[in-house]
Amino acid sequence: MIRATVRWLDERLGSSSFLKKTLRYLFPDHWSFLLGEVVLYSFVVLLGTGIYLTFFFEPSYADVVYQGGYAPLRGAHMTDAYRSTLQISFDTKGGLLIRQTHHWAANVFSVAIVLHMLRIFFTGAFRKPRDINVFVGVTLLALALVEGFAGYSLPDDLLSGMGLAIAYSVLVSVPPVGAWVGVWLWGGEFPGGNVFESRLYIAHVFIFPILIAILISLHLTIVARQKHSQFRGPGRTERNVVGVPLWPGYALRAFGLLLAVTAALFLLGGLVQINPVWLWGPYHPYLSTNGAQPDWYMGWLLGALRLMPPLEIHVAGYTILPNPFIGGVLFPGLVFTLLYAWPALERRFTGDHARHDLLDRPRDAPVRSGLLAALFTFVAVLFIAGSADQVAVHFQISYEAQLWIFRAAALVLPVLAFYGTRSVCRELAAREAHPLRGWTGQVVQRTPAGGFERAERGPDYSTIRRDSE
Amino acid sequence: MSVRRAELLVLALLCLTAAGAIAFVAVYFVGADTQLLGLTIGLAFAFAAAAAVIAGKAIVPLEIAVEERPRLAEPEQQEQVMEVLEKPVEGITRKRLLTTAAGGAGVALAGALVIPLVSLGPDADVELGESPWRRGRLLVDVDDAPILAREIEVGSFRTAFPQRADKEDLASPVVVVRVEPDQLRLPAERSGWAPDGIMAYSKICTHAACAISLFRYPLYAPNSPGPALVCPCHYSTFDVLRGGDRIFGPAGRPLPQLPLLIDERGQLVAGGDFSGRPGPSWWGVRK
Repeated sequence: MIRATVRWLDERLGSSSFLKKTLRYLFPDHWSFLLGEVVLYSFVVLLGTGIYLTFFFEPSYADVVYQGGYAPLRGAHMTDAYRSTLQISFDTKGGLLIRQTHHWAANVFSVAIVLHMLRIFFTGAFRKPRDINVFVGVTLLALALVEGFAGYSLPDDLLSGMGLAIAYSVLVSVPPVGAWVGVWLWGGEFPGGNVFESRLYIAHVFIFPILIAILISLHLTIVARQKHSQFRGPGRTERNVVGVPLWPGYALRAFGLLLAVTAALFLLGGLVQINPVWLWGPYHPYLSTNGAQPDWYMGWLLGALRLMPPLEIHVAGYTILPNPFIGGVLFPGLVFTLLYAWPALERRFTGDHARHDLLDRPRDAPVRSGLLAALFTFVAVLFIAGSADQVAVHFQISYEAQLWIFRAAALVLPVLAFYGTRSVCRELAAREAHPLRGWTGQVVQRTPAGGFERAERGPDYSTIRRDSE
Repeated sequence: MSVRRAELLVLALLCLTAAGAIAFVAVYFVGADTQLLGLTIGLAFAFAAAAAVIAGKAIVPLEIAVEERPRLAEPEQQEQVMEVLEKPVEGITRKRLLTTAAGGAGVALAGALVIPLVSLGPDADVELGESPWRRGRLLVDVDDAPILAREIEVGSFRTAFPQRADKEDLASPVVVVRVEPDQLRLPAERSGWAPDGIMAYSKICTHAACAISLFRYPLYAPNSPGPALVCPCHYSTFDVLRGGDRIFGPAGRPLPQLPLLIDERGQLVAGGDFSGRPGPSWWGVRK
């Protein structure tokens, strides 16, 4: 059966040599290499659950009177988008499971992207030749944020409307064309009409998913072409790859990870409530709620908007640079520019233009690790500041006092993070506390006569073939 | 773990996977409880995942292999590519002129193709923050009932709209608040905007267009901050006693105030338009 398939394909596509290479593709083993796979598998779950949701969701702002299964809202006026989201949640068998799984998958997707990116940056995997894949990956992160935001803006509940109001304000604040672009995209002044909802919908279910799928394919094609990077270790050099072949061991384990990610997402979707839109109610521009929190990946931008001092530029009584532009456009723009430019900047400042396929441990490059820690700390402070209102409610700490603390922390903590990380890295590197680095031992052989002698060479790890018992 | 035991374990896990999947189907047809659905399908996938990982680690041979990395940069190949690229076009005269013309034509074509996207915008020019408020326009609540001055108590907070206007318009909603008249510190040109200490402000924050739904009114004046309107999105705070001046948070413009009058029936009516453009700021809006 399998033989027949292989022959059938080979006679038509000449596929056997390609297939052989693919099956023998080597995966160096390290737990942190799985983060990128988690991104891919979450995306698979997102596609599956997302397609299911499109069968039920109505992307329409048409006014309807709710008659469904959620009693507290029965008789209320709302848009068809919100009504159909309630219908998915209450009146469609399995609908809430799929909706919540989709939402959880979006959160895990973006968490995994960020963790994967941190791994890439802290281990120097962004260096030549992989800098080309940094461009693809950072673009994927940006697309994931927009796609996620578009997704939770669709149901037209109170929180999604508040998020859109802020997004619109940030867009309108862009000098000098913002007002024009905002009105253009919304088809009129915010909140816009049906036409905006249908644009948001097609962006969320078609344009962005396709862009993401294309870039993921490109990302993986580049990885396969360059082959995986690997940490230093016995037998590993810049010129070779030491790892587990795809077939059969790695394929089974990777498939296992796909199933495990799916299991985790379904368990979250079934057991842990997320975005209970029926509690927020329908959106109108004149309504809002206190303590509103977006999905986690928007938290850094919320924090930036909140922490920003009331700076605006006015000329002769006219606004030139509205405030949301700084926290909502300039700040994320700088962070993304820095991420894109990081490989080139490091080449520029270290003068190291060589190709690198062996990874650094964070301690191997104390200055780089320190700078990354500083950048990460800055974004993390803003992220935490985004929840200051929740902290104020739950811990009775004045919001205004917190704001000043966070503003100071955003300036001071990154500096501390730099010096702290750099000195920890130097200390660790000096001590060489890590037991797995390099081969420093000696091999002792037993002679036929029963004595012991030192062997000429270290063990040859390149030919290890270990069958399980 | 011996291969034989691993095989038995994987077999058991595969059976459990099937059992979980069947349980999921059963739950779907009986009640379709969300938690049970998630639990059954989640466990089924978890068992399958365990089976795959155990099979991958303990049943199939675990092999570590080595191979060479591809050489990526090959200067001779680069030279050959350049030759292939450049040789055929060497003889062309006016190469630069043709290239420039082709580039220009390409840009023109692409520009032409992009132009239909302009239609995304509204047909007519939209003026942001254009206000439906006029002198004499009645204030109504969300159910279109007029708002009576005597219903507004000191320290209370109401949302109002212009009568017969679109409530979804960012320039429509106002918050009506009342303070003790002797506390008022309104600018001189706004005297008479707050009859009996009743004032109206745009409900849309000038920072990021969220609805301002918090009215901070001091419970005990001596040690509490003064009355202020607070936006729950980014906590811009506006001083109602001083005509909506910004006292905290990121907003860069004061909250537009709507002059109020009380008509002969005791209803609140607008005494004119806002003191500024309502809604979020953009390049060119008056401060």
